[in-house]
Amino acid sequence: MISKEEVKRIAALARLELSEKEIEKMQKDLSSILDYFDLLKKAPKETAEISAKDMSSLRKDEAVNGEIDKTGKLAKAFPDEKDGYIKVKAIL
Amino acid sequence: MAELTELTIRQAHEGLKKKEFSSADLAKAHLEKIKKEDKKINSYLSLTEKLAMFQAELADKKIASGNCGELTGIPCSIKDAIMVEGEKCTAGSKILESYIAPYDATAVKKLKENGSVILGKNNTDEFTMGSSTENSAFGVTKNPSDLDRVAGGSSGGSAASVASGMAMYSLGSDTGGSIRQPASFCGVVGLCPTYGAVSRYGLIAHASSLDQIGPFARNVDDIEIVFKAIAGKDRLDATSADYSYKKSDENLNGLKIGLPKEYFAKGLEKEVENIVRNAIEKAREAGAEIVEISLPSFKYALACYYIIDPSEISANLARFDGIKYGLSEDGDKLLDVYLKTRGRGFGAEVKRRIMIGTHCLSSGYYDAYYKKAQEVRQLIKKDFEKAFEKADLIFCPVSPFPAFKIGEKTEDPLSMYLADIYTIPAKLAGLPGLSLPAGKIGKLPVGLQIIGNHFQENKIISAASQIEKLLS
Repeated sequence: MISKEEVKRIAALARLELSEKEIEKMQKDLSSILDYFDLLKKAPKETAEISAKDMSSLRKDEAVNGEIDKTGKLAKAFPDEKDGYIKVKAIL
Repeated sequence: MAELTELTIRQAHEGLKKKEFSSADLAKAHLEKIKKEDKKINSYLSLTEKLAMFQAELADKKIASGNCGELTGIPCSIKDAIMVEGEKCTAGSKILESYIAPYDATAVKKLKENGSVILGKNNTDEFTMGSSTENSAFGVTKNPSDLDRVAGGSSGGSAASVASGMAMYSLGSDTGGSIRQPASFCGVVGLCPTYGAVSRYGLIAHASSLDQIGPFARNVDDIEIVFKAIAGKDRLDATSADYSYKKSDENLNGLKIGLPKEYFAKGLEKEVENIVRNAIEKAREAGAEIVEISLPSFKYALACYYIIDPSEISANLARFDGIKYGLSEDGDKLLDVYLKTRGRGFGAEVKRRIMIGTHCLSSGYYDAYYKKAQEVRQLIKKDFEKAFEKADLIFCPVSPFPAFKIGEKTEDPLSMYLADIYTIPAKLAGLPGLSLPAGKIGKLPVGLQIIGNHFQENKIISAASQIEKLLS
């Protein structure tokens, strides 16, 4: 069983505010799910070695130019904006 | 003549060409039916009536000028995780309750170019995470065959709308089984294409190494029509493949069909097995060769998936922070905005998966969980590679059981995850799979799953179409 403190630590990393009740339920659910993952320890190892290349066999980074009119539409979805810019609370 | 809402795409297309009815007639008939009957099923979260009538008018003009493609004027529905410009797109979540899609998903854009008529947006588990639509923030979609049961998920709204005559076809998405499983539960055909066969641009991300858009329809012929229209390379989705659909004339006679023994073992309900085996027997009678195959890493697939999927979720859903779009809760500091927005906006399953993923990727646990799961994923891929040396296609069940009762599995997430045990392995290998209605237990439909090698949707469709005829 993972501890309540552990659940709170993960929630903080995940930027989730959880109620006391949610923390208790999460403790129970996460414990049984993580226990289930132990199954993977039995999976054969030697043939399973994968290279870093396999794990990121993706594309090269490239810029794809978007359509100009899309920008305005995206800006409309900002919860808080000023002059077409996203407004964010001061961080410092 | 059959009711307009009961026609297949092919039948409606013929009717439109012969001017027996107009696209506007089709759209109106469907919208009326939805308004009258969807209250009890809840397959739609919103209707796009204005858009539908505008598109229908456009389609009728095209048809009048002799320009009638297979999808011109045909009414469809779209899962609410796929964006239709100017319409709400909630992904079944409170965090996107009033979000308006700023652009069309590429698959939607292609349907529009083909003259489709979009009726509305379908219910889904929140952010497509679930197997029953019970995780939708806007209520469960009920199974049209039995209103006490779920329609399956996450694309339960899409499946139910097609099954109940409230759309002629639908676009859904499949990350672990979200097209094939609801198709099986609702008794319609659902195709999860090869990873990369259809652009995901404009699909709200769940787990990017798995997500795939695909069609639901009432028969295999219709599935082919829709798949053909949406497949192919898109410069806006770098994972999309340079691929176009070519019809196959693969005959059941001489076809090697692999039955993975692990799929026909403990856990599979007897009556489901009987139905699936009956369909296999029909294929054998038609000349197919049945070969037993083994996928030894099958037993690790569910655990593997539930590490990789939540890990990708925890990264993908970091974008919902109350700053760029969607729900935004006020707080004293920036961090409070994040915590409160996400705490209030996300539902239980989404939070659970974000937590699992965050844990699996966190320092000290990464190797034991995420890296290990990636290794196991390779084993599963290799299993299938070997299997396809012996078999042309793989036949197996879609789900161990038919549609379950609403509420039956909501308390125990692991029991819910098991609903996808037969759809997840192929998905981890990026393979295409189709669910074909194969029979019923009482009134509950059961699907046969046909899995093919990468980009062999044409073989799957050819075999499925022949079995469909043998079963009818």
